[in-house]
Amino acid sequence: MNWQWFYRLGSPKWFYEKTTPWMPWLAVIGVGILLLGSIWGLAFAPADFKQGNSYRIIYLHVPVSFLALAGYYVMAISGAIGLIWKMKLADMVMKSAAPVGAMLTFLALITGAIWGKPTWGTWWVWDARITSMLVLLFLYLGVMALQEAYQHQDTANKASAILALVGTVNIPIIYKSVDWWYTLHQPATLKLTSESTIHTSMLYPLLTMIVGFYVFYAWTLLQRTRTEILRREKKTKWVRALAQTE
Amino acid sequence: MMKFQFDSVSDFLMMAGHGPYVWACYGVGLLALGYLALTPIMARKKFLMDLQRTIKIEAQEKQRMNTAANTE
Repeated sequence: MNWQWFYRLGSPKWFYEKTTPWMPWLAVIGVGILLLGSIWGLAFAPADFKQGNSYRIIYLHVPVSFLALAGYYVMAISGAIGLIWKMKLADMVMKSAAPVGAMLTFLALITGAIWGKPTWGTWWVWDARITSMLVLLFLYLGVMALQEAYQHQDTANKASAILALVGTVNIPIIYKSVDWWYTLHQPATLKLTSESTIHTSMLYPLLTMIVGFYVFYAWTLLQRTRTEILRREKKTKWVRALAQTE
Repeated sequence: MMKFQFDSVSDFLMMAGHGPYVWACYGVGLLALGYLALTPIMARKKFLMDLQRTIKIEAQEKQRMNTAANTE
């Protein structure tokens, strides 16, 4: 196997230049798919026979929650790579992933609360799934706070990466919470190992939204990482040249 | 196969009483995504402007040093 790409990732400049042509495409495709999925889910998918129209929140709530979790993997794994191989780019990805993940987790909690009102009759319960998602939000905020807490960037990265890695114990708890503690939150709609409990007319717009959110996430994370690269390399010739041409 | 699920636009907005909840969610979602999309673009713009200014000041400084050295 050719491992050259992995060594090249050690060069933030190479990464920056490589990703430049992707950016407008990711933005257009991500926003386009999200628009399509929203219109589909809001106007054309049939209403749920039990929950009526309030279920349409699923097209936002589920993809956002997916990405809140996937974003944690991104943050923790890049933190680990930064710790082990001392790769600067990985540290920058970790730093960039924290605010994006925090915002998505917050959005998952808010949309869940608004959905809870007409469905459960309450905005908030200390249900296992909801509580573990709140812990996830605090983990993201913790990484953000640690990034600001140290004078030296290397120390900040090390501390953040360790917190992110320790926090991964929360991830399987979030996944399994709806099965282990059968409280209020409904069990997973989409399953990898068995048939999903959702009709295709509702499933397709949901999958569309999930794909759209993945693309949007990739775009916004890259955008942040690229700005972070510029910041940390501002003394180099190539960043100065870039500033003068733009 | 694809059918608009509501009788009218006002029906679509009301969603049989669930409208406020659904639209509130999508409104908050739009704000959050807008924030996520715009903050890195603005941060990048600000960074590049700051750097341009620094480069300009450095160039002026250099020129002043040169003219000072030439007049001596």
